[in-house]
Amino acid sequence: MSRRNAASALAHAAPLFAALGDETRLALVSRLGASGPLSITRLTDDTKVTRQAVTKHLEVLERAGLVRGERHGRERLWVFEAQRLDEARRYLDQISRQWDEALGRLAAFVEK
Amino acid sequence: MPSSRGYLGAACSKMSNRWVAFISDRIKCNYMVAQQSNRIEKNIILRAPRSRVWRALTTASEFSQWFGGKDLGEFRAGAKIAGKVTTQGFEHVPLRFDIERIEPETYFSYRWHPYAVDPNVDYSGEPMTLVEFHLADAPGGGTALRVVESGFDDIPPARRAEALKMNDAGWGYQLENIARHVAT
Repeated sequence: MSRRNAASALAHAAPLFAALGDETRLALVSRLGASGPLSITRLTDDTKVTRQAVTKHLEVLERAGLVRGERHGRERLWVFEAQRLDEARRYLDQISRQWDEALGRLAAFVEK
Repeated sequence: MPSSRGYLGAACSKMSNRWVAFISDRIKCNYMVAQQSNRIEKNIILRAPRSRVWRALTTASEFSQWFGGKDLGEFRAGAKIAGKVTTQGFEHVPLRFDIERIEPETYFSYRWHPYAVDPNVDYSGEPMTLVEFHLADAPGGGTALRVVESGFDDIPPARRAEALKMNDAGWGYQLENIARHVAT
């Protein structure tokens, strides 16, 4: 990890985790990830959430870099940014591995 | 709407392949990105009595040995630990954490900056995560240890002003978290 990356890893990832810390937004990300780009109409089709609310959620996700709004003629399609989620997962994986190693050492230490 | 647990579940099983053989069957991977914000949870059964595990976790000299640190000072609630990492290749890294709670043989917690490995970087403006150790007697003997690291979704101070402008239920919830965080 470069100096800059190491320094900003959590500062960078925190808004993303915060954006995901909401069930509606998590569901939106999941839906876009599974289906590919969708319009707001399609995204609100089968939910009880209003169009305005979904738009607000999509904007929060967009600010966190998790989705991107693309113009296609008169329509705006929402696209899932998988790379951004992968970055966050890699960061968590790294910390998770450190715990695996630390707990392995702890086990060896208390069981000897 | 579909849940994202499948996706995260896949991340977990991918990880398990990388685990060292001797601990792979003893640590359970558990990622949760949903609901309770982001956290890492590890469970392990240690073949040692609780008193032994407790000593290894909360005695500075013993913690130093398995964790890989030195000059940690005395562990007590409220202590600000400022030592050094001794792990090969990371000897230049400070090991700092703020101890929160110590409940004998049951619970131990501290806050720190996760993966703060660059000695030239001031991490103080970044969010801290909470690390919690829960101890219990394992049903078949030994000690059941659960480690939880949480707070990966805490918002750095610079982002708070921006977050405050968003009139949104999700952010409102996060702001409550921050309020609790800064009030403690």
